[in-house]
Amino acid sequence: MVQTNHTKQHTLIALVEDKPGVLTRVASMFRRRGFNIASLAVGNSEQPGLSRMTFVVNGDDYTVGQVAKQLDKLIDVIEVSDITSESIVTRELALIKVKANQMNRGEIIQIVNLFRANIIDVGSESMVIEITGEEDKINALHNLLAPFGITEMLRTGLVAMVRGQANGLANGNNGHTNRNVDC
Amino acid sequence: MELTGAEIVCESLLKEGADVVFGLPGGAVLPLYGALSSYPGVRHILVRHEQAAAMAADGYARATGKVGVCIATSGPGATNLVTGIAAAQMDSVPMVAITGQVPRAAIGRDAFQETDVTGVTLPITKHNMLVMDVKDVAQAIHDAFHIARTGRPGPVLVDIPRDVLLGDKTEFVWPETTKLPGYRIPGKAPEAQVTAAAELINQAERPLIMSGHGVLISHAYGLMTELAEKAQVPVITTLLGLSAIPSNHELNLGMSGMHGMAYANIAIDEADLIIGLGMRFDDRVTGRISDFAPNAKIIHVDIDASEVDKNVKSAVGLVGDLKAVLGQLLPKVEANVHIDWLRHIEELKAQHPSHIVRESDELLPQYVLQRLTEVTQGRGIVVTGVGQHQMWAAQHCRFTQPNTFITSGGLGTMGFEVPAALGAQVGCPDTVVWSVCGDGGFQMTMCDIATAVESKADVKFAILNNSSLGMVHQLQDIFFEKDYMASEYTANPDFVKIAEAYGIRGIRVTEQDQVVDAVQQAMETAGPVIVDFMVKEDEIVYPFIPSGQSVKEMLEEPAPEEIA
Repeated sequence: MVQTNHTKQHTLIALVEDKPGVLTRVASMFRRRGFNIASLAVGNSEQPGLSRMTFVVNGDDYTVGQVAKQLDKLIDVIEVSDITSESIVTRELALIKVKANQMNRGEIIQIVNLFRANIIDVGSESMVIEITGEEDKINALHNLLAPFGITEMLRTGLVAMVRGQANGLANGNNGHTNRNVDC
Repeated sequence: MELTGAEIVCESLLKEGADVVFGLPGGAVLPLYGALSSYPGVRHILVRHEQAAAMAADGYARATGKVGVCIATSGPGATNLVTGIAAAQMDSVPMVAITGQVPRAAIGRDAFQETDVTGVTLPITKHNMLVMDVKDVAQAIHDAFHIARTGRPGPVLVDIPRDVLLGDKTEFVWPETTKLPGYRIPGKAPEAQVTAAAELINQAERPLIMSGHGVLISHAYGLMTELAEKAQVPVITTLLGLSAIPSNHELNLGMSGMHGMAYANIAIDEADLIIGLGMRFDDRVTGRISDFAPNAKIIHVDIDASEVDKNVKSAVGLVGDLKAVLGQLLPKVEANVHIDWLRHIEELKAQHPSHIVRESDELLPQYVLQRLTEVTQGRGIVVTGVGQHQMWAAQHCRFTQPNTFITSGGLGTMGFEVPAALGAQVGCPDTVVWSVCGDGGFQMTMCDIATAVESKADVKFAILNNSSLGMVHQLQDIFFEKDYMASEYTANPDFVKIAEAYGIRGIRVTEQDQVVDAVQQAMETAGPVIVDFMVKEDEIVYPFIPSGQSVKEMLEEPAPEEIA
C-alpha cells in the first residue's frame, strides 16, 4: 500500500440519495476497506430525497484520499468532499448523565452555566446535561464533569458545513465540483 | 401497454439488447419464466447449477463485449450466483443478475428460500437493488444495464419479489434516461496532466507499457499498439490484458508478474518509466510493492479514480476512458527508437528464455498448449480455469485477436473454465472456443457439460490432467516441505467415459505424438469434445516469484544440466 505522512483528523461530507440501504453501503465500504470512522452523522439535506453525511476519519492523506474515492464510487453517493482544510463550522451535540446530589449539584450547575450548556433533567441522584458545540468544548465539559461520575453519555458525532458559500458542498480536493443533481 | 412485472423485465431485456440469458428457475422467479416463454427474442440457456449461469454470463460478456445476463431464484439460487458475481466484480465484467425474491410481505420473516441477496452481494457488485414496486421495474433494469456496461464495468444485481413479478399489471413505459444522480462516467483526462504524461514518455530512456484488461474493455488496443510503435515502447500485459496485442508483435513481451516471463519482470525492474494502462497494479503483478519497478516513475491511466495511487504511487495519474485518454496522449508523444533499451531486452530474452518449452520425453502440459496453439494458429478463444494450467496457457498460448483469452484473474475461480467457455461459445458461435481445464476445476463445474451439449455450444475441453490440485501441489512442494496434504486426487473419474456419458466425444492423450492429432480431431468433430491430456504430474510453473517477494527472488526453470 502507498503509505504517506502522518495521521490527522479529516472531516468529509457527502451528499447521498435517501434510499434504503445507503447507510449499509457506506458502512460496508468502510468495513471492507479497513477504514475507521471516528464519527458519522446523517440527516436530511435541504434537497428532498437527499441526505447529507458528515464523517470524521482519522488517517493519513493516502487513507483519507482512498476513503473519499471509494465513497464517491458508490452509486448512491452523489458527491464527496474532504473539507478539512476549508474554513468550516462544526458542531456536535452530547447528552451527559452525571451523578449529582444535594452536596455537589450547585457546583455542577456552575460548570454547566460556564459552558452555556443546558440541564434538561434533574433527578435525586443524577442530572442530564445537554451541550452543543465544537468537539473540544464537549471534551472540556466532559473532563470537568468526569470527577462527579458520568454514568451515561451520548454524542451525535460531528456535523460540519463550509462557511460562507451559497450552497452545498465545497469544491473539495478530490476534483469534483458542485453539480445540479436533477440529472 | 399494461404488463406484469415479469413481462416488463422481458421487454426491458429486449430493449437492452439482451438476447441471451443464462439461468435456472425456482419458485420465487417462476413468474419471470412464465413470461420468458412468450419472448422468443430472449434465448434462455438452462444451466445445471446457478454458479454456471453467472460464469457463463461472464464468459459471454468478455467474449462479446455485451452485458451478460443471469437469472436465479431466491435463496440458494441467488447464493449460488455469488462466486460468479464476485469474479465478475474483480475482473470488471459487465453483468446483470436478476434474482427472484420471496413476496414482499414475506421479506424479513425468514421465509422459505429467503436470503437477503442484496445484502449478501453488496460488497461484490458494482451496485444492486431490490425492486419493491412494479412501476420501478423498467427503470431498475435500465439503470442496471447502464451501470454494468459503462465506466469501469461490473456486475449489477436486481432482486425482484415474486409478487412484483406476478402482480398487478402496470403501464410499460421505457425510461428515456437513467435515474442515477450519483453516477458519473469519466471521459477525457485533464489536458495538463496528459501533457505531463507525454513529457515523461518523451524523456524516458527505458519505458515500458503495462497493458491491462482496461485496454480490451475500452477497445483501446489499436491506440495502445500505436503508442507502443510510435515511441518504440515494449509492451507487457497483465494476465487479463494478454490478447490486447498480438503475441507475435515484436514489442510484445508477454505477461509479467508472479508467473510472468522472467525478461518481462527484469525489464520492469530496470525500467525508468512504467505506463500502466487500464490495470490496477495487483499484488500478483507487483510482488512486494516496495521493490516494484524501483527505478521507474509511473504513469497510471484508469477509468476508476480509486485505482490511481491505491497500490502504487504514480507520478502522473490520469482518470479517464482509456481510448479517450490515449487519443489525447498520442499526438503529444514524440516518435522515438529506444534502440539500446530494445536491444537490451532482446538480450534478456536470450538469457532468460522462459517462453521456451524444454525438451522432454514426458507429456509436458506446456508442450500440449504449445502444440494446441500451433494447430489453432492463435485463432479462436481460449478460456481457462485457475491454477497451473491457467499460467501455462497464459505463457504459451498465442493470440492474434483482442478478447480471445478469458480467465478468472482477480478472484481466481477454479471451475470457471467450463461455464465461461460455454458462455463465450454461445456469444461467438462461429469461433472455436478451447476450454483449457485443470482436472480439479473441471470437476467443480463439469455438470454443465450437459448445458453445453443441450445448447449446442461447441466447446472443446482440454483437460491438463495431473491428478492433483497442481498449483497447491507446487506450493506444498516449495514451501511446505513436500507435504502434499489434500492436493492429490487418487480416484479421478475417467473423463473419456464422462464424455461418453454426456453423449459427446472423449479422447485420451498420453504421448507427445498424439497431441496434434487429438486437437485436430476435436476441432473436426461437431459438438463439444473432451480431450483428457494425461500430463506429467509434478511439473512446476516457472518462472515463479513467491508471494510477497520481488524479481530478486524469482525462481527460473533450472537448465537441463542442473536437473541432471
